[in-house]
Amino acid sequence: MSDAELKHISEDYQWGFSDDVEPEVKLKGLTPEVVRTISKLKGEPEWLLEFRLQALETYFAKPWPTWGPDLSELRRQMDDFYYYVKPPAREDARSWDDVPEEIRRTYEKLGIPEAEQKVLAGVGAQYDSEMVYHSIKEELDKKGVIFTSIEDGVREHEDLFRRYFSKVVPPTDNKFAALNSALFSGGSFVYVPPGVDVEVPLQAYFRVNTEGFGQFERTLIIVDEGAKVHYIEGCTAPIYTSEALHTGVIEIVVMDGAESRYTTIQNWPVNMYNLVTQRALVGENAYHMWLDGNLGSKVTMKYPSSILKGRGARSEILSIAFAGDGQHLDTGGKLIFNAPDTSGSIVSKSISKGEGRSSYRGLVKVPPKGERARVNVECDALLVNENSKTDTYPYMEIASDSASVGHEATVSRLADDQIFYLTTRGIPEDEAAALIVRGFIEPVAKELPLEFAVELNRLIELEMEGSVG
Amino acid sequence: MTKTLEIRDLWANVGETPILKGVNLTVPRGEVHALMGPNGAGKSTLGKVIAGDPSYEVVKGEVLLDGENILGLEPDERARKGIFLAFQYPVEVPGVTIANFLRLALQARHGKEVPLTEFYGKLQRAIEVLEWDEAYVTRYLNEGFSGGEKKRNEILQLMVLEPSYAILDETDSGLDIDALKIVAKGVNAMRGPEFGALVITHYQRLLNYIVPDVVHVMMDGRVVKTGDKQLALELEERGYDWLKAEVGA
Ligand SMILES: Nc1ncnc2c1ncn2[C@@H]1O[C@H](COP(=O)(O)OP(=O)(O)OP(=O)(O)O)[C@@H](O)[C@H]1O
Ligand SMILES: [Mg+2]
Repeated sequence: MSDAELKHISEDYQWGFSDDVEPEVKLKGLTPEVVRTISKLKGEPEWLLEFRLQALETYFAKPWPTWGPDLSELRRQMDDFYYYVKPPAREDARSWDDVPEEIRRTYEKLGIPEAEQKVLAGVGAQYDSEMVYHSIKEELDKKGVIFTSIEDGVREHEDLFRRYFSKVVPPTDNKFAALNSALFSGGSFVYVPPGVDVEVPLQAYFRVNTEGFGQFERTLIIVDEGAKVHYIEGCTAPIYTSEALHTGVIEIVVMDGAESRYTTIQNWPVNMYNLVTQRALVGENAYHMWLDGNLGSKVTMKYPSSILKGRGARSEILSIAFAGDGQHLDTGGKLIFNAPDTSGSIVSKSISKGEGRSSYRGLVKVPPKGERARVNVECDALLVNENSKTDTYPYMEIASDSASVGHEATVSRLADDQIFYLTTRGIPEDEAAALIVRGFIEPVAKELPLEFAVELNRLIELEMEGSVG
Repeated sequence: MTKTLEIRDLWANVGETPILKGVNLTVPRGEVHALMGPNGAGKSTLGKVIAGDPSYEVVKGEVLLDGENILGLEPDERARKGIFLAFQYPVEVPGVTIANFLRLALQARHGKEVPLTEFYGKLQRAIEVLEWDEAYVTRYLNEGFSGGEKKRNEILQLMVLEPSYAILDETDSGLDIDALKIVAKGVNAMRGPEFGALVITHYQRLLNYIVPDVVHVMMDGRVVKTGDKQLALELEERGYDWLKAEVGA
């Protein structure tokens, strides 16, 4: 594309914003031109541009899902989104001083630099389409741990990147993985060398600022043999946009004997379509945990998956979903037991409040090679109000005779006698309800680092205000 | 200020069915009263209506806490004013530890942050008096507790929250003989000029350990007789039939 063409596309953009931050670039519409522009702006190698264009074709070729939440409204709006919005900030600054003040203030309000000082090994901050900050503790840097934007991953570690990128989640996996593959921008590239233990978590924080915008971050995490890492993805702030789309793809490679955790706590506004594909490949005697906390969004479709491909691989998927009025959270997990002596569990806790609906959707697959695989699935739903809805879709495909499979599902209502009991101790009704909900998710929430558990509790208290009585 | 818990001509329904039919009863601070009566007389209902259970509709009457009618208040407001109900059937709340819950309750009761050390001080003392294992307070509230453990946990809460008036609903049922003595010790530790209690029980045995100042008997939704501790002994011996005949119930 010529510079004139590029300029032409740029001139099509609107420039009015809810924030006082004016983007440098704003690309609307779902076209090969937009994809080319993104690739060009990033100065990507040719193979990646080809990959993107191919993925866009895949996106158009794939039908819309005929199952799960209603996406018809999203479908009507697909031509109207901004698919790339570049904030007026230098890319991936290493110091908060180099992040423009308005943007920095936003992260300060979110408590990110403070958490970075106290409890994190590194922080990445994404603002609309770009990572505006990335930093890692010096001693980890010295040990060879890489924690950068996905763009820097391509630029600075192309061989490593290319070896694993899209190998865990190919664009053909599903329509939205294809969309992300065509448009991806921002997200993290993480590499932990063999035997290195990143003792405290790395965190990425995703902030949407622009109205009518689609965010497509892409994260690739490679945990080499015997290494250990915990990566936390957060988006807990109130985000003021009208209709919005968030379609991430997370790929994780957990090599033999390695251990990793991926924790999400997201609190999107209730007009966000959150359609995310997360998958881990787990090697011999390796372990991976997904801890997936979903609050907010209009629609969430997210089923973190682990493919246990080495003997003795283990994985746990812990999921919390909180659906309030007008929300449909369709979440759960997938476990594929592709090797002998593997084990895994899915624990899902969903809360539906008001007219909210939460659905558990899970797949457990044990092919014949999954000898002696052990799996346990537990999904519990809590209904807060009369009209709250829940449903479960547990799929099991077990083709190994030696596998042991457990499944349990419960549905309960927020009980009046529990509320009364707690209120007779002086605890106000809202707080009593919040306490019961917190107790309900405790088996999952206790796996969170303290600061995040506190944050989750706070969010639940906010959600439960005025919810009963 | 009158320091009493006074129930005046209290009528309460479940749906259309009247359960309390004109209860009159006064417990001054500094005293322990026993409330006895046959199954289904309305003793638990009285306790729950005083505590503010929304499943009952109060039709008429007053519940005066130190002179103030509390019937218009929410259960949590009543609790913060000093009412405590030890449940006949304590409720399980999974995932919420006793320690966590009690600290929240204590803060609510005091309307402010309670320093951790102060809270643990109170908790520690209660655990000691109740000869309990500290490990219990890290367990989830009543979840998987035996009947007796649940009752002991009610008294633990009573001791930490230090209300002005407590209604103990059959706290003795489900307790073994040793536990009964220990729980009585807990209640007796609360006794003093600022504390009044209404102890609902079927058995004289508890009253050997928590000696009541006054004994009331409830039948068919009303208090039909009030006497001293001898009345409890008499009921133990003779049952309720003679009293039913006497009051024409
Ligand atoms: N929520 C309710 N719904 C229907 N009936 C109720 C309810 N609560 C109480 N009752 C009825 O009211 C009557 C009094 O019950 P209550 O539990 O107060 O008796 P009690 O004196 O405590 O008896 P016990 O000695 O057996 O504990 C009973 O007939 C009971 O079935
Ligand atoms: Mg009773």
